[in-house]
Amino acid sequence: MSDNRQLCTFYLHDLFFGVDVVEVQEVIRAQKTTRVPLAAPAVNGLINLRGQIVTALDLRIQLGLPPRADGEVPMNVVVRTPEGPVSLLVDRIGDVIEISEDLFAPLPETVDERMREVVDGVYKIKDRLLLALKTDVVTQISDTGAAA
Amino acid sequence: MSEMDEIVREFLVESTEGLDQLDRNLVLLEQNPGDKSLMAAIFRCIHTVKGTSGFLGYSKLEGVTHVGESLLSDLRDGKKALTPKITSALLQLVDAVRRILTAIEATAADGQDDYPELIALLTRLQKEEPSKTTPLSGGGGARGGTPQAPPAATPDPQPSVSAAPASTPAVGVQVVSAEASEVGAGEPRERRGDSVSESSIRVDVGLLDKLMNLVGELVLARNQILQFTAGQEDGAFNATSQRLNLITTELQEGVMKSRMQPIGNIWGKFPRVVRDLALACSKQVRLELEGKETELDKTIIEAIKDPLTHIVRNSVDHGIEPPATRLASGKPAEGCLRLRAYHEGGQVNIEISDDGAGIDPERIRQKAIDRGIVTAERATRMSDREVFNLVFLPGFSTAAKVTNVSGRGVGMDVVKTNIEKIGGTVDIQSKPGEGTTLKIKIPLTLAIIPALIVTTGGERYAIPQVSLLELVRVGGDREGDQVEWIRGVPVYRLRGQLLPLVYLSQQLGLEQVAGLDGLPAARNIVVLQADERQFGLVVDGISDTEEIVVKPLSKQLKGIPAFAGATTLGDGKVALILDVLGLAQRSGVVSEVHDRSLGESVLQGQRVEEGKQTMLVFQAGADPAAEGGRMAVPLGLVARLEEFPRDKVEGSVGRSVVQYRGQILHLISLSELLGTGVREVERDTVQVIVYSEGDRSVGVMVDRILDIVEEQVTLEAGAGRSGLLGSAIIQNRVTDLVDLPGLIRAARPDFIEAPALAGAGAAA
Repeated sequence: MSDNRQLCTFYLHDLFFGVDVVEVQEVIRAQKTTRVPLAAPAVNGLINLRGQIVTALDLRIQLGLPPRADGEVPMNVVVRTPEGPVSLLVDRIGDVIEISEDLFAPLPETVDERMREVVDGVYKIKDRLLLALKTDVVTQISDTGAAA
Repeated sequence: MSEMDEIVREFLVESTEGLDQLDRNLVLLEQNPGDKSLMAAIFRCIHTVKGTSGFLGYSKLEGVTHVGESLLSDLRDGKKALTPKITSALLQLVDAVRRILTAIEATAADGQDDYPELIALLTRLQKEEPSKTTPLSGGGGARGGTPQAPPAATPDPQPSVSAAPASTPAVGVQVVSAEASEVGAGEPRERRGDSVSESSIRVDVGLLDKLMNLVGELVLARNQILQFTAGQEDGAFNATSQRLNLITTELQEGVMKSRMQPIGNIWGKFPRVVRDLALACSKQVRLELEGKETELDKTIIEAIKDPLTHIVRNSVDHGIEPPATRLASGKPAEGCLRLRAYHEGGQVNIEISDDGAGIDPERIRQKAIDRGIVTAERATRMSDREVFNLVFLPGFSTAAKVTNVSGRGVGMDVVKTNIEKIGGTVDIQSKPGEGTTLKIKIPLTLAIIPALIVTTGGERYAIPQVSLLELVRVGGDREGDQVEWIRGVPVYRLRGQLLPLVYLSQQLGLEQVAGLDGLPAARNIVVLQADERQFGLVVDGISDTEEIVVKPLSKQLKGIPAFAGATTLGDGKVALILDVLGLAQRSGVVSEVHDRSLGESVLQGQRVEEGKQTMLVFQAGADPAAEGGRMAVPLGLVARLEEFPRDKVEGSVGRSVVQYRGQILHLISLSELLGTGVREVERDTVQVIVYSEGDRSVGVMVDRILDIVEEQVTLEAGAGRSGLLGSAIIQNRVTDLVDLPGLIRAARPDFIEAPALAGAGAAA
């Protein structure tokens, strides 16, 4: 049991990610979003989470993946960070899976740098690879106000 | 173990409070050496700390307080008179105790330092022969305005009355600590018999913050319900929601009040600060506090603590002169530092004034010029008030020498930033020889504020009502009731004043304002006040005012200067709160000092009767014998009128220049610019209209300055010539209106691009 980890999984573009369940506050449907002009491109906007104002980051843009096609509605994965909850917009939610640490492997050096920054490592599960996301890093915005 | 921690924590809280009181009391005692109840209170406080520290096993703390107690005991019994030396030593004791308490809080042990010197000093003072001199004779330091009370050694007029209540609690304390040490782990009980402590309780700030948040939520829910109610017919429901509305408002007020603290809480330490500083600088300073009971939200109190301390230190160190200097200039030797706080229009005003040397505007001008902050020419044109506000620029210090107290040039800018951070403003006024006054205006609270909701680009934004002056709708039908452009800058004539406009959509990067042609027909202008300047914010629509709860922006959004926070609106959607000052700075309305002064000079030129404009009428490019060639520009665009002897005009790379105020002023001929082909008539002198922008100036040569008139100017469609806006009837004569900025820009593109350095305009 000590070697097992529970991950909340989701799909993004052609990738399969997982976040430790204890870090996930909740998963909710697309919300009415308030745009934030001048913010970094990855900032999708602000949502009202039962009175709490939460910043939604588009994980696709944050990870440098191609943008979501028109009409595709993202899901909010609200993760806890030391600075308060942050919502990550993902394509589709997967199951919560229990996974053995034995299957863990570091990310190969050949994967691009941005990905290696935010991904802890990879779990080699049966039919595909599960990327373990580092929520503390992925919720960082290096320079705000860069957008025109 | 946890019970022990509890005791230690309580001890720390109580002792820290006691120490703050002690600082004040010691300074008070110095002013009223005969006050036995003060003496007793001081003794009691040190005694309590000593007793409890002994019981808790903090031997170092006990050691230090013990010698202090012995000295205080002698003072109390009248064996010794209070001298400034003793007061200083006792204040040092307070500092030492404070340091030890901090150490206990951090490490649970009473630190490494035994304070042997302090102990020796206190012991020596106690052993010293009782001084026969009157306390405070000749010495500097803070003193009260009250006449000196008799020294402690002389019998008190009412010994029985004042001594009795003073000694009783002291005994009581002894009993409590003795009892506690016997029991071993008994909780230290209420020690002060004040009636205040019985009618009030100590509440954790975290709990208050939580309450405030909940009330914020409630206010939002209330807003939502009220919005919903508007479309309902049900009478009972409407009545209930009205009730909810009222109760919520009252609850909100109540909770906000619970967070209010009198400003006296932070002023409490100033007597000590001023006293120590006055002693260190050998000055005599009297501190007057007025409006101590003025209440402010706790978060704001915290935020202004450091800026206020800084200003007070500055005033004592730089403002108030040494006694000798003061006497020489006919002032009393004792300087006066006055702090005044009062409510005004939903804001709190704090004034810090001294009757010291004041600030010499000339010295600041010189310093600003030396540092290259403004050009000499600009500096002479700035008003004294603008000049004084230069001290808020980073790295600007007027102190002739740097002391360990202040004068390093860091500080005033930090003071300004900190105050602006909480939505306040700071202004400085000074009269050389008479003193300096700093005026701070701050909001009462930050948590729930009234705001105007506007829409732009399909989103709603909240504008804090404090910055709001008025709302204007631009129709576009009436003459002059429209947005006009000065060199690509949109302005609006608001009752004769030129109001610079800022397009919100443009500032937020939502759209580009095309310029003169791409202007929508009707727009809403929100007139805002930022940093003593007014500007108009152009928005798509204006919705309503709402009480909003300010929520901070998440880390990902920090650093966007346009937003101060976010809030949830009645319908549950999130709206961003605009940072008015940030927007003003971003758009350049208040960005730089020189821009601002230019703006003001423009405004002054335009400050005339409604609909009328002050115009400078002159003649150019025409045969002077014949009529015609009458032209005019708004006086606001004219920096200065000059006349130069013809022989002073020199040629420089094919252009005319003249030496002007130590710089090179380029001259251009208006007739050449307009292409009329007629040159100015050769006279002994040339008349020049000086036009300035930023730091650069250009002289426009004209034939003759005719007049300055104030008239209703109705522009007729243009004469078709470039550089002319059109014609108007001025003084019953047809006069061409010259587009001065446009002309200069066309003739001298480098005028705008040239670096802002003084005299660099000559580089062309």
